[in-house]
Amino acid sequence: MKAPKNTDHKRAEAENWILRLYVAGQTKKSLIALANLKRICEQKLENKYRIEVVDLLENPKLAAGDQILAIPTLVRKMPTPVKKIIGDLSNEERVLVGLDLKPVS
Amino acid sequence: MNKKTTNSRTTESIPKTLSGIQGLDEITHGGLPTGRPTLICGSAGCGKTLLAMEFLMRGATQYGEPGVFMAFEENEQDLILNMRSLGFDLKKLIAQKKILLDYIHIDRQEIEETGEYDLEGLFIRLDYAIKSIGAKRVVLDTIEALFAGLPNEMILRAELRRLFRWLKDRGMTAIITGESGDKTLTRHGLEEYVADCVMTLDHRVQNQMSTRRLRVVKYRGTVHGTNEYPFLIGEAGISVLPVTSLGLNHEASVQRISSGIPKLDEMLAGKGYYRGSSVLVSGSPGVGKSSIAAHFIDAACRRGERCQLFAYEESSDQIMRNMRSIGIDLAPWIEKGLLQIHAVRPTLCGIESHLVSMHHKIGAFKPSVVVVDPISSLSITQDEAELKPTLMRLIDFLKMQKITALFTSLVSGGMNLEDSQVGVSSLMDTWLLLRNAETNGERNRTFYVLKSRGTAHSNQIREFVITNKGVDLQEIYLGADKTLTGSARATQEANEALAEQRLQREHQRRLQQLDRKRTTIAAQIIALEAEMKSDEEEMKSFAMQEELRQKTLSNERRTMSRLRGQ
Repeated sequence: MKAPKNTDHKRAEAENWILRLYVAGQTKKSLIALANLKRICEQKLENKYRIEVVDLLENPKLAAGDQILAIPTLVRKMPTPVKKIIGDLSNEERVLVGLDLKPVS
Repeated sequence: MNKKTTNSRTTESIPKTLSGIQGLDEITHGGLPTGRPTLICGSAGCGKTLLAMEFLMRGATQYGEPGVFMAFEENEQDLILNMRSLGFDLKKLIAQKKILLDYIHIDRQEIEETGEYDLEGLFIRLDYAIKSIGAKRVVLDTIEALFAGLPNEMILRAELRRLFRWLKDRGMTAIITGESGDKTLTRHGLEEYVADCVMTLDHRVQNQMSTRRLRVVKYRGTVHGTNEYPFLIGEAGISVLPVTSLGLNHEASVQRISSGIPKLDEMLAGKGYYRGSSVLVSGSPGVGKSSIAAHFIDAACRRGERCQLFAYEESSDQIMRNMRSIGIDLAPWIEKGLLQIHAVRPTLCGIESHLVSMHHKIGAFKPSVVVVDPISSLSITQDEAELKPTLMRLIDFLKMQKITALFTSLVSGGMNLEDSQVGVSSLMDTWLLLRNAETNGERNRTFYVLKSRGTAHSNQIREFVITNKGVDLQEIYLGADKTLTGSARATQEANEALAEQRLQREHQRRLQQLDRKRTTIAAQIIALEAEMKSDEEEMKSFAMQEELRQKTLSNERRTMSRLRGQ
């Protein structure tokens, strides 16, 4: 796995969720998306997650790996299967459905 | 790459980029608009991807313009395999960094939409791809897949508009492909965004034969061919066939070449066909069209010229066996490399495909004589209306190359020989017609020159005789009310010979008679003269006797008187 920037360091043993957020520079949409993601994760996953932010302007090569077209895109790397959510994550209901978190709550 | 157009008012048109695709650059008068996107739309399987890919590959190999191929439908492996089947080594070009292949996979199932987004990811990928190989050409195949993958059409449309502008800003000569829609050119109306140059590809099946066609729907700022042009996907990629863009400006040769049949040459002012002309030999089945063709081939090879035969009815073995039976051996010419026979079934492919394979074969072999036996087989798969433009293209092509062409054409029974060929005959310079004449329980062949442009030609109908030493044209019997051929002609000729003999004998007899009479008279003259002579002699002797008598008498009187006087 390539080395994206880790913004949130949680305890290693608790990391059964790996979420990667693709952005292109510090745009408004990206910032909103990241804020939304952090909020949802804190609420639903507590400490069992890790968020990686990939800025494609810095690393354009990485776009091909996860087949990124839309910005922002959130990719659930773990647990499998891989899921993709596009948009700024402002529709929380759909984010939860997309991450398979809905039935849990 | 400015190209002068044929329009006199616009001397310079917009800059164009040569696609390198055979024929396409002719139709568009120089290629695709440089630095602008071109939309290519068509239904599934009509060759959009291939055309786009060939554009990139030709750009990379022939014009030194690297290209990016963004595939939304097929992955890299499939594309490489597909292109290999058409003789392009995509893998090598990728390794040489002349082409960059990027496969974008979108699966709606995996995507959940949760708010505002844009397609910056696509832009970044494209930008990265373009920069990494310094691309000048871009293909998006087919971007419409995005409509299936992304739920929000509004965002997508806005982003596409931005994308095409973005490509223009970067000066990319781009091809965007799209599926054809019901009422619009493309299913999702891509033509709204790509307005500079739009082409449609079409794949039609008629009489179980498929034909592909290409049309330039619009091309801003330049003249372009507006017709539908058939195109083919062949061993060497795509070939578009421009119809009559060639115009009628071929040079006309005054050189004559032999038809291979001395008597036919005689009928054509004693010299044969013009070099570079097209000759049609038409006739009903079994009249000997192929034999005339074989003579022509044989004569060409004897002159040491190359000859290409396209046979659509017989295999090359069969042709050689059959022609040997009339005393023409073609095998040595094949061995010497002067004759090439291309024998295929006409139903193998559509007429356009045949035309292209002819182009390729002629281009490679460079013959000075081409024979197509028969062209009528080609029309099995197509109606006459379509045959004509195709043949026109072929004839134009051959004339430009100064190739003398001979076409045979089968006319089925019952049809009027002259009517049935009107479609193609007007394209021909010389038209030889073979006809069956049925009389007295036998079938004979008659032959005449129906037309021959620019040369005196015999108006006579000849009898066409196929012997084991080749074809012969004999003068037929022209009687008071009828023409006779075959055994009737032979009988007539025998009768005439007999009558002639009788006349001659009579003449001889009369001569002899007169001669005899003359001799008799001469003899009589001699006899009479002799008689006259003897009469004269007698007269003389009478006169002498009388004189003698008178003398004697006077002597006697003197003697008497003397005696008395004593």
